[in-house]
Amino acid sequence: MDYFLQLVLNGLFVGAFYALVALGYTMVYGIIKLLNFAHGDIYMVGGFVGFTMLTAASGAMGAKGGLLLLIVVMVLAMLTTGTLGLIIERIAYRPLRGAPRLSILITAVGASFALEYGIALAYGPNPRAYPVGMGTGSFNVFGVRISTGQLVMVVIAVILMIALDTLVRRTRSGRAMRAISQDPRACLLMGVNVDSVIARTFFLGSALAGAAGVMAGAYYGKIDFLMGFIIGLKAFTAAVIGGIGNIRGAVLGAIVLGLLESFGTAWLGSQWRDVFAFGFLILFLTVRPTGLLGERVTERV
Amino acid sequence: MSLLRLSSVRAGYGGLQALRGVSLHASEGEITALLGANGAGKTTVLNAVCGLVPIAGGDVFFAGERVTGYPTERLVRMGLAQVPEGGKVFGELSVRDNLLLGAYSRRGRSSRAEVRDDLEEMCRMFPVLREASSRRGDTLSGGEQQMLAIARALMSRPRLLLLDEPSIGLAPMAAAEVLRQVAALRELGTTVLLVEQNVAAALQIADRGYVLEVGQVVLEGTAAELLASRDVRRAYLGRDYEGI
Repeated sequence: MDYFLQLVLNGLFVGAFYALVALGYTMVYGIIKLLNFAHGDIYMVGGFVGFTMLTAASGAMGAKGGLLLLIVVMVLAMLTTGTLGLIIERIAYRPLRGAPRLSILITAVGASFALEYGIALAYGPNPRAYPVGMGTGSFNVFGVRISTGQLVMVVIAVILMIALDTLVRRTRSGRAMRAISQDPRACLLMGVNVDSVIARTFFLGSALAGAAGVMAGAYYGKIDFLMGFIIGLKAFTAAVIGGIGNIRGAVLGAIVLGLLESFGTAWLGSQWRDVFAFGFLILFLTVRPTGLLGERVTERV
Repeated sequence: MSLLRLSSVRAGYGGLQALRGVSLHASEGEITALLGANGAGKTTVLNAVCGLVPIAGGDVFFAGERVTGYPTERLVRMGLAQVPEGGKVFGELSVRDNLLLGAYSRRGRSSRAEVRDDLEEMCRMFPVLREASSRRGDTLSGGEQQMLAIARALMSRPRLLLLDEPSIGLAPMAAAEVLRQVAALRELGTTVLLVEQNVAAALQIADRGYVLEVGQVVLEGTAAELLASRDVRRAYLGRDYEGI
């Protein structure tokens, strides 16, 4: 029973982490129907931005910073990756609006490589050790071990997700985002500056990915320039499981994926984890391509 | 005084020249009807005015200002609103969210309280919207969606409302109701440019009208003149052959 609970908790933890990245994926897909393959790399850049700031800060302060420093750096990294998202959208995707989907998709792959190898040039190809960790303490609840780091990450992730959900459902910008995902042309007639709302969407998604990147660095202790690749695919899987384009679906999909991985790993061994995850991607694409919360896809004539 | 004036406007899609020098105007406080067969360019006129179709030649003046080439969102802020054909309500959004989107351009111009008052006003004009306030847009019937689309456009407090075939595809009762509401807009002081298939019904509520044929104005006049015109009667009303 303890073991079962431990697996559930591990799954929820990994799921919360995937969710932060999956949200950006699904928001961008929802609003311009683009699979932004550079999204995982924005997460990676977030990790490196955090690394640079934390290195500088702990050098200046002469001691290892605490949790507060980590949170400040995370916010700054979010602003940086959010801006990076804006820039990528502006120079790589906006000129192609209205172009065939495949062209934009290939551009996204190009943007992904540009980020990966740009970072490899700047920081070198070897993994870097993160200067600040999440703390090594842990405590037991009902016989289940939770580390302080895990708890902090989950709390931050949940706060960010609730903030995003509120923004999308309750604010003027969020309303425009939901409307654009249905009919951008009709949105123009409402006086919505569609380009600027799309840019805001990229900013939000990229900021969340940046936060996840810093958390990953602090939690796992090291980062490298290819770390965004697999998480990008996992986030895509989570978005598909939940119903791509659906924000709550992305969170649900990420948690489901986290749990599947957690139990799959316990059952088959950790070397099977990715096989298991992507097997489910294929299963969902075949059996229920609209995902758990996805709408029935109706072709409009 | 004319609120909207087009002067020799040419516009098209790719190689196709849909408007070949259209000149017309819509007077403040009036309903102006735009008539013509399918493909005559009526919708293109509306889209050219709104900045959705690039203008290749000629000029558009709105409220005394030359607005040729202005982006759509700027025109909406200036007081232009279009109800596109079929209404194009946001089906996955609630009726209330649809209406609030209509007020999107009003930030800075008016407070939230004013928007809330207008929301209330729309619910009074179109009672069905009050009952359906939290329902998804696509759960409404065709006629209700058209009402929602008109109310949504009015939420921007437009000076000029462009209506594209508001009665198309509706049951006769619903179509009549929609046109009755359009006629009532005159009381609000909203100027209307109306594209309508149902020529007889359109001319009944319009003050003036234009007939478009293959991208050119071929006839213009007051609604009464057009209704009496032999050409209009023959081409669109399907009677009066004996008079030829």
